[in-house]
Amino acid sequence: MFGLNKKDGLLFLVVIAITLLAPFLLNPFPEGSGMAQFNAGYPDLLQRFAIYGIFAIGFNILFGLTGYLSFGHAAFLGVGSYAAVWMFKLFTYNVVPAIAFAVIIAAIFSVLIGYISLRRSGIYFAILTLAFAQMSFALAYSVLSNPKFNLTNGETGLQVYSNDLQMFHRTGLPDMPHIFGLSVRASYELELGGWSFTFNVGYYLCALIMLIAFYFAIRLFRSPFGMMLRAIKSNNTRMTYTGLNAKPYALAAFVISGMYAGLAGGLLAAMDPLAGAERMFWTASGEVVLMTILGGAGTLIGPVLGAGLIKYMENIVSKINDNVLHQWFAFLPDGMEDAVVALIHPFVGKGWHLTLGMIFVLVVIFLPGGLVEGGQRIARLFRGKKAREAEKSSQSNPAE
Amino acid sequence: MSKSNFTRRGVLKTSAIAGAGVALPTIFTASSAAAYTNEPTGSTVTLGFNVPQTGPYADEGNDELLAQQLAVEHLNGEGDGGCLNTFTSKALKGNGILGKKVEYVTGDTQTKSDAARASAKSMIEKDGAIMINGGSSSGVAVAVQGLCQEAGIIFMAGLTHSNDTTGKDRKANGFRHFFNAYMSAAALAPVLAKEFGEDRRAYHLTADYTWGWTQEESIKAATEAMGWETVNAVKTPLAATDFSSYIAPVLNSGADVLVLNHYGGNMVNSLTNAVQFGLLDKMANGKDFKIVVPLYSELMAAGAGENIKGVLGSMNYNWQLDNEGSKAFVKSFGEKYGKPPSNSAQTCYAQVLLYADACERAGTFNPCGVGEALEGFEFDGLGNGPTLYRAADHQCFKDVLVVRGAQNPTNQYDTLEIVEVTPTDQVMYAPDHPMFGGKEASLGKCNPGA
Repeated sequence: MFGLNKKDGLLFLVVIAITLLAPFLLNPFPEGSGMAQFNAGYPDLLQRFAIYGIFAIGFNILFGLTGYLSFGHAAFLGVGSYAAVWMFKLFTYNVVPAIAFAVIIAAIFSVLIGYISLRRSGIYFAILTLAFAQMSFALAYSVLSNPKFNLTNGETGLQVYSNDLQMFHRTGLPDMPHIFGLSVRASYELELGGWSFTFNVGYYLCALIMLIAFYFAIRLFRSPFGMMLRAIKSNNTRMTYTGLNAKPYALAAFVISGMYAGLAGGLLAAMDPLAGAERMFWTASGEVVLMTILGGAGTLIGPVLGAGLIKYMENIVSKINDNVLHQWFAFLPDGMEDAVVALIHPFVGKGWHLTLGMIFVLVVIFLPGGLVEGGQRIARLFRGKKAREAEKSSQSNPAE
Repeated sequence: MSKSNFTRRGVLKTSAIAGAGVALPTIFTASSAAAYTNEPTGSTVTLGFNVPQTGPYADEGNDELLAQQLAVEHLNGEGDGGCLNTFTSKALKGNGILGKKVEYVTGDTQTKSDAARASAKSMIEKDGAIMINGGSSSGVAVAVQGLCQEAGIIFMAGLTHSNDTTGKDRKANGFRHFFNAYMSAAALAPVLAKEFGEDRRAYHLTADYTWGWTQEESIKAATEAMGWETVNAVKTPLAATDFSSYIAPVLNSGADVLVLNHYGGNMVNSLTNAVQFGLLDKMANGKDFKIVVPLYSELMAAGAGENIKGVLGSMNYNWQLDNEGSKAFVKSFGEKYGKPPSNSAQTCYAQVLLYADACERAGTFNPCGVGEALEGFEFDGLGNGPTLYRAADHQCFKDVLVVRGAQNPTNQYDTLEIVEVTPTDQVMYAPDHPMFGGKEASLGKCNPGA
């Protein structure tokens, strides 16, 4: 199906199902119940899941396949966002040209950075990309936002103002990003008993693009080109000795990966027409590395899971404050309640970084293959020995 | 992994669909019947407190959060009522807002526009917040203000000092109680002239981003108007931690005043460097060398320690202010948290009360009604003295404090002393002032959303 083998086809179908039903799946608790705090099925977060999923899938094409660790991928994300917002400012709020332009600009940008950075490998490559990303950040944050030549609007972030040119904007179209007239903020709410589900146009746009991106990634992983990239990872020197110039392949992977990041950046701007320089900061570059490793570098679904986990922590766990904790443990006697709250306090709310860090450490130590390996281990527990052996032979191992 | 993770939810979903069959006629209860975004229908109303809990301004953010929690207590009639007793508007009864109990959700802006918007969005979309308060940086405030305008809820800005927030980026749904760079300059300039003389030569070091520039522009304009000369204005990178290389040239530049347009950690470091270079002991042009830090905060003062002695700056509020509102607030904050409130805490506290009061007076939570109630509102008793919420740009006008690092602090909170309280008239400006976007700047139309 779709030119995929049975296993990949099944995986793709599962991903399609999860993505389309996400507004249900991520809102398992009725509104108003104590557990509603953990619901993640609201449009903004769903969009972020899909967008950062794309970003991580793209990063994985470079890191998972070729082994080149880029520490500056956020630069492409940021460039994509700026490009998209400029399309909004100059031409139209329609998201299609904006996203296309974001991908193109990110591609050009990644050719430039990739061409230079790929002259080195390993740690030197990582440092070069980091340097370029920090340079882009500094440019966007202050240099290119001076009053005489304001390309990025600095700290405040690039926004669309009502007196912007917007050549093809006309009355009747929504005053925010839209797909041929249908606003990305438009939502349909479904109330079912205590539950409330929101179906948002923007999310389904992101979801559709993520599915296409995911499909493309599967095809790339299984293609001869993907095989070549894996070869670069396993032994670049040997490749050179066989008389093969691996550099164009690595550059192609870098550019594809940069375009994915640009796509994600464009989508971010399309969902919320603001591009801030922090998107390019080195912590943002580090975040995508975390996502990929957490989920499982070199696996197909891993980066998407990692992206989901990190965004969930950032948006849900960070909002659990002492007030909420006290509500949860109100049934305990007073002294005990305070003790329990004090015990949990450092790990939630502003301490979400700490929890994330611990999860990361645990994953790296006990599940070097990321969450995907965890899933595989659990699956193996439930299957018979025979199935286990069958799987071993057919299992698509992550690239080394 | 993915499969095993979702089977449980799959079951839930199936049961939900089964439930749908039963509840079919009531599925399509139109949520669009609400007159405005997040209209509170139950017995509670939710406010969103979006402050930096991590990152460079985390200290300010946590102080803001404490103040916001205190405000909610007072609104719900708990505690000693604080400024509810001194506030000139008596619409608030201590029974919540419009009879609904006030609840709140918190979020972490991380001092990043992106994260701040994500967190504000989740408050609006998930928790049903009707108002967002907070933000400890102008970039964040402008970004979140834009979001609230689009979403159709009210934004009550916290600590944001850039002219742009109520200047070129002003929005109909956004309101600022804090003062701004122009006001700082207008309040400082006469004091500077009085203390240092009218023939000084100033050297600016400016953090290289939006707030730094508006601050530098404002101070330059105000000081040059009274006869000072600006020798040089040097931009420093935001991430800089060592300013020695920027301080060294100051000595030979012929300047006799150094203006540090820095905030937070930047200011602590640059001031420390300047003092280490012995600038304060130098003579230039036959006068004592002076340092000015236009925007002060208690937390920065504490960070700079000894170095801050005698350095002039401006503030929106200081806990030593001697008026009824201030005393009530400091007492209630001090009793609960065991320390005096900071400048940023006070602005957030006042903003929450002002919002609640506007809802009561308007008789609705509809942002357009609330906006109307706030526009042109004159009040007193929240700590700053008589204050006006100007209708044209949603900026509060009140007295501005000129402060000096205390020479002989008696305790750890007594780091700053008030030099002068500059009256409102002196810091007033026209809504279409060129530094505030000129004639082009407009609030736009209020947006109730939905």
